[in-house]
Amino acid sequence: MSEQELAHKSVDYRRKILKYIVKANAGHTGGSLSCIDILNVLYNHTLNVDAGNFSSPDRDRYIQSKGHTVEALYVVLASKGFFPESDLETLCQYKSHYIGHPTRKVHGVEQNTGALGHGLSLSVGAAIAGKLDKKDYKVFTLLGDGELPEGSNWEAALSAAHYKLDNLCAILDKNNLQITGPTTDVCNTDPVDKKFEAFGWEVRHVDGHDIKQLKETFDAIPFVKGKPSMVIAHTVKGKGVSYMENQLKWHHGVPTKQQYADALQELDLQDKNI
Amino acid sequence: MDTTIENIAVTNKANLEVFSATLQELARTDRDIIVVTSDSRGSGKLVPFGQSFPEQIVEVGIAEQNLVGVAAGLASAGKKVFAVSPACFLTARALEQIKNDVAYSNNAVKLIGISAGVSYGALGSTHHSLHDFAVLRTINNLIVVAPADNFETEQAIRLAAETDLPIYLRFGKKAMQLLSTEETTFEFGKGRTIREGADVVIIATGETVAPALKASEKLLRESGIEATVISMHTIKPLDYQLLSEIAEDGKPILTVEEHSVFGGLGEACASYLFENNYRNKFKIIGIPDEYTVTGSQQEIFDHYGISENGIADAALKLCKG
Repeated sequence: MSEQELAHKSVDYRRKILKYIVKANAGHTGGSLSCIDILNVLYNHTLNVDAGNFSSPDRDRYIQSKGHTVEALYVVLASKGFFPESDLETLCQYKSHYIGHPTRKVHGVEQNTGALGHGLSLSVGAAIAGKLDKKDYKVFTLLGDGELPEGSNWEAALSAAHYKLDNLCAILDKNNLQITGPTTDVCNTDPVDKKFEAFGWEVRHVDGHDIKQLKETFDAIPFVKGKPSMVIAHTVKGKGVSYMENQLKWHHGVPTKQQYADALQELDLQDKNI
Repeated sequence: MDTTIENIAVTNKANLEVFSATLQELARTDRDIIVVTSDSRGSGKLVPFGQSFPEQIVEVGIAEQNLVGVAAGLASAGKKVFAVSPACFLTARALEQIKNDVAYSNNAVKLIGISAGVSYGALGSTHHSLHDFAVLRTINNLIVVAPADNFETEQAIRLAAETDLPIYLRFGKKAMQLLSTEETTFEFGKGRTIREGADVVIIATGETVAPALKASEKLLRESGIEATVISMHTIKPLDYQLLSEIAEDGKPILTVEEHSVFGGLGEACASYLFENNYRNKFKIIGIPDEYTVTGSQQEIFDHYGISENGIADAALKLCKG
């Protein structure tokens, strides 16, 4: 898919994220908008995974550690044909499979996540299995910067380097905000690149909304043979909707009817300008 | 069933040793068997396993959360994973990983809680697991098993390797009497009646089955009381059918476990029986709500009546009371 096509897709995904959050009257709006370009490039360019090969042992794995931004994952999986998009009309409704965090009841979801600090260990296990079985698949996991203080991340980071998991890539959605405030105020994890480097990872920085950079960076994995790869994606929470960008209240804010209309107007303009 | 104290071999191996030997045998022909350890291969008697199958052991260091998460990731990729760590750490520190990464995500990890209960004795309460049955019973999609003897341990490990459901298995490290006879069968969720008697029922689990059986001999010898003794190795799913059968004629029921009296085997039995209108006399023997007295596993057992004398006395009181 060309970068232009991917750019259009990102806009469309943003529309859909808002549509289903408004419909459900719930969701993690800001974080879904910060990570959607990453998911777009992963699923439409990088990952060898689709609805047809999802049960194949050779598929690439994507495990979303920051499970709360599930709306981004759902709209991407729907667009890839894992399930009809109309299913998302039931998001968070009574008896729906489409709950507010990833669940394997939804086709295409690798692991049930939502409690933070779990995705990296799960990914390390899947990556070790790939090495043991001499398979070529890669394992990707998306971490939030707010979840990094969970100690389990650092346990897993040690293991990933210890086992030289160059088939593992962690992507940090570094949008610098969490529910209480700026991550630097809540529990500063910077300089996070130096920390992962010290743990034995090869780290790259990328603009998490730049499709070209994301493509090229993921294409270059493993950055160094014998080392796990960390992509620090610098993102903007609420990206794409001006009044949401970098605003704490949109962590899980739901737009009003008017706000939703304004957002769609902005997104339409972005679409035209691609 | 001809299972008297005389024809039981006095000592056998620790269940821990049977676990490691069985796993080693299975791994020889099944390359998908993977052991994950948290600096626990020595205490898990898995050093020979690691030497024989270096590619089938994954060491994560002292990091139980990562132990369970990595195990779940391995299982998700088709491996038959045994995550081995002291029960106290495995089921407390990594509880969220057990709940989410193993049970909720349905990754069929076999969680092996070694040196369970008060096996670590005088090392103290940090090293005791008297909460694990209670906590893990509340987690959906997890089988909870405490094998009594070498036979049950071997069977449980073989079955666990082949089942595609998450399982927690816990045992201690002291040599155990063999309680089985040749015709004994083993199945998760089916209690084993080791001895049958008309007067009282003793339902025990794990390493407390052995003293329960001794107590039954003492009851017969000294008081003429005939006790049924059941090894309820599977705490969840509990064998409700067997519970109904033994409760039917109103015999007193005694439960015994190396666990808090709260939330374990005893309360699981009690809630089933009460909800189903059985009103048998009932007593739970276990560790009371306190940090245990200092001592070896045996001394702690004796102190709290998880012993031949303690169980026999409690049974006698129930029968006479």
